[in-house]
Amino acid sequence: MSLFVERAGFLTSVQDLGRTGYRQFGVSSGGALDSFGLRVANLLVGNNEAAAGLEITLGGLRLRFEDESVVSWCGGEFQVQIASTALPAGHAAHVQAGGRLKFDHPQIGCRAWLAISGGIDSPPILGSRSTDLRAHFGGIEGRTLRDGDQLHLGNVRRSQSAATANISSWTASHDWVSPARPKPILRFIRGVDWNRFNVSTLERLTSAAFAVSADSDRMGVRLEGPKLRRIDESDLISEAVAPGTIQVPPSGKPILLLGDCQTIGGYPKIAHVITVDLGVAAQLRAGEHVRFSEVSLADAHRLLLEREREFERFRIGIGLQTK
Amino acid sequence: MEIIPLGDSALIVRVRDRFEDAPEETLNTVLRAFQQLQGAAIPGVIEIAPAYTGVAVFFDPTSIANAAKTSDDGFDWLATRIRAATGSVADSGRKLRSASRTVEIPVCYDPEFALDIDDIARRANISPSEVIRLHSSAEYRVACIGFVPGFPFLAGLPKKLATPRREVPRKEIPPGSVGIGGAQTGIYPLGSPGGWNLIGRTPLRLFDPKQNPPTLLRAGDRVRFRAIARDEFESVKR
Repeated sequence: MSLFVERAGFLTSVQDLGRTGYRQFGVSSGGALDSFGLRVANLLVGNNEAAAGLEITLGGLRLRFEDESVVSWCGGEFQVQIASTALPAGHAAHVQAGGRLKFDHPQIGCRAWLAISGGIDSPPILGSRSTDLRAHFGGIEGRTLRDGDQLHLGNVRRSQSAATANISSWTASHDWVSPARPKPILRFIRGVDWNRFNVSTLERLTSAAFAVSADSDRMGVRLEGPKLRRIDESDLISEAVAPGTIQVPPSGKPILLLGDCQTIGGYPKIAHVITVDLGVAAQLRAGEHVRFSEVSLADAHRLLLEREREFERFRIGIGLQTK
Repeated sequence: MEIIPLGDSALIVRVRDRFEDAPEETLNTVLRAFQQLQGAAIPGVIEIAPAYTGVAVFFDPTSIANAAKTSDDGFDWLATRIRAATGSVADSGRKLRSASRTVEIPVCYDPEFALDIDDIARRANISPSEVIRLHSSAEYRVACIGFVPGFPFLAGLPKKLATPRREVPRKEIPPGSVGIGGAQTGIYPLGSPGGWNLIGRTPLRLFDPKQNPPTLLRAGDRVRFRAIARDEFESVKR
């Protein structure tokens, strides 16, 4: 089972849910920047939620399927077509052997996650198939896809073949599958170094709009806006950072870290975007503006637990339908 | 000891406020907490990583909430478990479960690799060969691994050699490059941008994702550099 990459697009890579256990060696967690979106898309095609799929940035992808497959995707406002039929986010569809699928440039947002029945079967490295683009390993030879690549797919489970009978009747909620927003607001909890910033800076963080710089990637989103200033500018000792951390370098321009971020950093951490909003953060696109609003740690956990409970119901629902 | 949320799915266990004052003792305290937390195998904890003054604990809030059996927030439960696991950390700088390893790393200080050695020598008011002698006679410890996979931040640099990072970082530094950044020395495992002052290169591979563990060095390791000639560098490299 395989598929052929006719056009790799702007930046497409193999990603699953990322690596755990290797931060002590300096290895990033990586993985789909909206891991929840990939999990939902995987369930919709009958895969294990952790199967590897494709992360598509700004579109331009054209695939040709060598074998009949089921596909689904989540992400920004992309036009996705199988032959000439539109495939909306959060739906599943068949692609015939020899069939073509394409992602055009998105209207809103910048990334999408495509799940394919069987999953992308690149060799797991350090427990994951995710591509680490900075350290050049995982996925397809540690790099982004190229025109002409052949991708191998995993074996489709028997229950998945049954799922293909009525795939169109089960869809995921809009919030889950289309996280891109025209005027995004990211919720955060106070950062490890919150108290190192003066009151007017903290006020600016929640009142100002920050522009997304073009100099952003899977490591982080660089933001431009009113300068964020610390009370004292002495050097800090490097310590752990995580996806969602907003750090403030001496320039005063904050950087929102994403999945491929370093494991440690020496810049003060003013805030941390909450896990349920990381999918929105992954859609931030150069030139647009983002705002921030504070929530408590307890609220961040409550929102995450609620979403996980709903996801569990969704998983059970799909499981019943495919029996 | 402080436990500080690092977002909603991680926290930092800070066991010391400073590092430079007492690197050896701080590192031992941090590594001991790291080992205790690994040994404690707290449900819902996904991974643990040490760095300088503390240990980062990454967790799955759903599993924590289930384990805590509270309807709202499992964070306090987790913090209590962490305090219990690291209870004896404050009074224990000395004993580590296993004595730290000593790893010898061959370094070729050939002028072709030592692009910034003249700057360092001038600043320290010593000769380049004295820079090499000092650098290769000290004993270092890996304070943590980070920046890129396998990059060791080494404490123990002779004070004379401390040199601020370059104002304009280089766009591409070859793998194996040995550099000095502030009061630390380190080795670039991968080709990457970087601002440290380069003084040599090792033929050894510091990061190999096909191995497990994937890095030559771990936090806590003792490191010595051995000066090698260019032909030894080339033969090891091959």
